Amino acid sequence: MLDFLASVGRVFIGFLSASGRLAIFTLTALSHCFRPPFYFRLIGRQMIDIGYYSLPVVGLTAIFTGMVLALQTNTGFSRFGAASATATVVVLSVTRELGPVIAALMVAGRIGAAIAAEIGTMRVTDQIDALSTLSTNPYKYLIVPRIIAGLVTLPILVLVADIIGVFGGYIVSTYKLGFNPATYLHNTANNLTSIDVFSGLIKAGAFGFLIALMGCYHGFHSKGGAQGVGAATTYAVVSASVMILLFDYLLTSVLF
Amino acid sequence: MSDAPKISVRGLKKSFGRKVVLDGIDLDVGVGESVVVIGGSGTGKSVLVKSILGLIDADQGSIKIDGEEVTTLSRGHREALLGKFGMLFQGAALFDSLDVWENVAFGLIQGRGMERNKARDIAMAKLGAVGLGPEVGELRPSELSGGMQKRVALARAIAAEPEIIIFDEPTTGLDPIMGDVINDLIVKCVRDLGATAISITHDMASARKIAHRIAMIYKGRIIWDGAPAVIEHSGNAFIDQFIHGRADGPIQMEIRAL
Ligand SMILES: Nc1ncnc2c1ncn2[C@@H]1O[C@H](COP(=O)(O)OP(=O)(O)O)[C@@H](O)[C@H]1O
Ligand SMILES: [Mg+2]
Repeated sequence: MLDFLASVGRVFIGFLSASGRLAIFTLTALSHCFRPPFYFRLIGRQMIDIGYYSLPVVGLTAIFTGMVLALQTNTGFSRFGAASATATVVVLSVTRELGPVIAALMVAGRIGAAIAAEIGTMRVTDQIDALSTLSTNPYKYLIVPRIIAGLVTLPILVLVADIIGVFGGYIVSTYKLGFNPATYLHNTANNLTSIDVFSGLIKAGAFGFLIALMGCYHGFHSKGGAQGVGAATTYAVVSASVMILLFDYLLTSVLF
Repeated sequence: MSDAPKISVRGLKKSFGRKVVLDGIDLDVGVGESVVVIGGSGTGKSVLVKSILGLIDADQGSIKIDGEEVTTLSRGHREALLGKFGMLFQGAALFDSLDVWENVAFGLIQGRGMERNKARDIAMAKLGAVGLGPEVGELRPSELSGGMQKRVALARAIAAEPEIIIFDEPTTGLDPIMGDVINDLIVKCVRDLGATAISITHDMASARKIAHRIAMIYKGRIIWDGAPAVIEHSGNAFIDQFIHGRADGPIQMEIRAL
């Protein structure tokens, strides 16, 4: 019994100290976001890495999500004789919820892992220490550009995902389910308010921040060679994914 | 060599978990002096120099640089102090996402805000000083051999003309000839820049060539220090065992019989 309590206590203390480390890391990174020097070139390069190169995978998942959503909604709503609501349900689901979450999860797998692996390798090969000895702050040079790029780029990606997702729903509804294209588009546009889109974009910004933060944090604190970098990569993806779902709930309940 | 030491370490202690790595290091390095630290693998040589640089926070003890206590400095001041140092890391630690010349020019461009073209010229000159041509400057570090990487790392460490240079195992893993080329480069750099140097090595030939003074670390302490000329006659059983590379002696490796 005492052993059990002791191990519960150990886990709890471990959790608290990990949270503390993460909080300190986050605050340090944020404080460096507002103090010069700023590395604009690096921010630009990260934005291309995170945004541009994620377009294919995000676009593909978005179009299939929109397509399947149209099918499922049509099936479900037909049972209440409300199949005409399909357009509205698709556009609201995509912009408010599925666009941001699915794009963020895809980017977490792609980018979160890449960030953790790159920064982790730099850590275990002393490259981060080398930055310090060359009068360059590793937070400013490595962490800040990735966090800012994540924060700015994800909303843009999600906007694209929204458009492609709605388009996927439109294709399935008109070609397969026999909706009238003009009516479908009319229903899509008429029931969409700007808050639907903006709430999704705000979420996207938060998710982008979280993905970059988790990748940087786990990479920065990795140790023990290739194995440590591998572990950091896994932690980065898992923790970013869990955080995305957690913050999705929290933000949804706060924003609306 | 003036009287006030450039670097003065007193009672430095550092443990990782329950493992005591540094257990009261005392070491002085005079201005313009080249001290070589020798000792077995895993005895804490890298931890010692990283503590001096402030990359590792020591648990206890004092480190003075130019007479100023640095262990109690704030992060920002400590970072500013790093500008006095150049460091050649044990594994070279070149930035693999940048070209070789950008590595060498890194401290000039990012740290000092020098214009890229000007920094590039200096970087190419420094590469020349370590025997690498301008065509090497255009390559990526991953395209270089181990010896070339060490030389690039050396060029990077000296590019900003630091007051203090630290070399962590500059010749380990190189063939004897390349090792000697690096030794000569180090001697030359230290002489030309008038820099203070701390070098770490297991290689006695290298130590004899680079050092004004040799210090041996064992079980977390400096157990002997003196001029290279007298190391053969130190009368210290630990030193004798180390410099002759004998398995038998007072230094016991932590291995069990088969
Ligand atoms: N960041 C660290 N975390 C835990 N242990 C470390 C760390 N850095 C070094 N050590 C341990 O300290 C000891 C000395 O390491 P090091 O200074 O690298 O040895 P060397 O004399 O070969 O340079 C080793 O046993 C190593 O495992
Ligand atoms: Mg070492």
